[in-house]
Amino acid sequence: MLLKQKTILPGFAMSLGFTLAYLGLIVLIPLGAMILKSLEMSPAEFWSVLSHPRTAASFGLTFTAAAVGAAVNLVFGLLIAWVLVRYDFAGKRVVDSLVDIPFALPTAVAGIALTAAYAPNGWLGQFFSAAGIKTAFSPLGVTIALTFIGLPFVVRTVEPVLQDLEAEVEEAAASLGANRWQTFARVIFPTLLPALLTGFALAFARAVGEYGSVVFISGNMPMKTEIVPLLIMTKLEQYDYAGAVAIAVGMLGVSFLILFLINLLQWWTRRRAVL
Amino acid sequence: MAGGAASRFAFKTRAGSSARVIGEPVWVKRCLIGAALIYLSLLLFTPLLIVLVTAFQKGAAFYALSLTDPDALAALRLTLLTAAIAVPLNLVFGIAASWAIAKFDFHGKNLLLTLIDLPFSVSPVVSGLVFVLLFGAQGYWGGWLREHDIKIIFAAPGIVLATIFVTFPFVARELIPLMQSQGKEEEEAAIMLGANGFQAFWRVTLPNIKWGLLYGVILCNARAMGEFGAVSVVSGHIRGLTNTLPLHVEILYNEYNFTGAFAVSSLLLFLALVTLGIKSFIEAQYARQLKESQGS
Repeated sequence: MLLKQKTILPGFAMSLGFTLAYLGLIVLIPLGAMILKSLEMSPAEFWSVLSHPRTAASFGLTFTAAAVGAAVNLVFGLLIAWVLVRYDFAGKRVVDSLVDIPFALPTAVAGIALTAAYAPNGWLGQFFSAAGIKTAFSPLGVTIALTFIGLPFVVRTVEPVLQDLEAEVEEAAASLGANRWQTFARVIFPTLLPALLTGFALAFARAVGEYGSVVFISGNMPMKTEIVPLLIMTKLEQYDYAGAVAIAVGMLGVSFLILFLINLLQWWTRRRAVL
Repeated sequence: MAGGAASRFAFKTRAGSSARVIGEPVWVKRCLIGAALIYLSLLLFTPLLIVLVTAFQKGAAFYALSLTDPDALAALRLTLLTAAIAVPLNLVFGIAASWAIAKFDFHGKNLLLTLIDLPFSVSPVVSGLVFVLLFGAQGYWGGWLREHDIKIIFAAPGIVLATIFVTFPFVARELIPLMQSQGKEEEEAAIMLGANGFQAFWRVTLPNIKWGLLYGVILCNARAMGEFGAVSVVSGHIRGLTNTLPLHVEILYNEYNFTGAFAVSSLLLFLALVTLGIKSFIEAQYARQLKESQGS
């Protein structure tokens, strides 16, 4: 028997049965089929796809741009969360809602809007191109799109921790002679650190798989601005299923590693919350 | 509260911040607010403004024409159909999964929770790819489907399947932590007083979780209507047949019909803004409910 203890509530077999059947049909069988397909390749074939210069270049670009984007959001996400929790200003509630736009806006719309903004003759791109910096259709453009898509994560993980921070702790630090900066660096920041890292990891994980908001602004040049999801798409269009599957499984492996790290971070956060 | 940090749309419970005795000097405050707003303007507000401005670039008549174009209407119909299938299915799943997980103790619960979250950590493109491998012409069941003249990939069923996959965890992810935090004593009391299981759920559980449920549903719906990567893989981009609104935007954009692409985009932007509006409303309701239950 699966149940650990007796209960008078009905519906266990039915609800769990439906859950498992639906999970199996929609998620496990399709993902399993992909793993099965990848096992048809020999390790040497598998590796030759992943180590191909074009694949390696796209992995390098995707992970670098995702990491830089998440790092930018680490800094500005903390700033935005701080401003939204601690200060009052006109339009604050609207700004607070709009922070979630990257979650709610279809990625294709985000993609073409960012491209229009950062194209060499765009509203923002013209200033960059006047300074000799190429934004759209360059690795920087990919980074901008991945920064956009990860924006809400750090803000939303840091906000609740900042709200729960007891005023007494800061007052104690101040009364013991710490100035405002010391209080922030030594008292507030260490408390926020686990939430900051969790937000970073979530933003990074989302950015690695992102497709819609990147394909328009990147320009899609092989070896230069081609992200991994696009490479999978290209392989599929060439009916190179084995190649697509090898890259997808490689990416899935990295995603699971990140997921594992996030869980570890959250376990650390909870432990610190208890202490 | 509901969701935790892992949930992408965790409830923000505003407990009401206590008045702070110490703080930063006014000029520091202004600089920090200014820096945050500049960053948001560069990354968020300007692109949103561009969508609206470009959409009406050629006047209201062209805007109306772009939205009433037969291909655009066909895309709108397919988008609505997809959401109308995916959202209720994932809603039923979310309720079943959260009932099993929150109300009962069983072996393997943590594994089940991890598996439910799986689609969140898979790239949208891979979410489409897995269905091509199953149902595509060279897929595992491709031959059988061809013999029976059933089309899934490059047709509406593939789009619906990929959308269900991508939006799979949304409702469950909101309901599970919410129902776990509420325990099972109230339902047990209802059963002991003679209610049957359905009555206990309908009269006791549902009123408790209604805001979380609605929250999950509107986020699930927004993603279902806006999904691009996964449906792009399985759609085949047949105009008027297998295009959803986001795919229609891509086609118009690639044909250099920028005004048309942004006109259709403005419709999707409107959907996103409505979603965020309802989300804020639900958060306010939820905070009030929390306050009332603490006050009584």
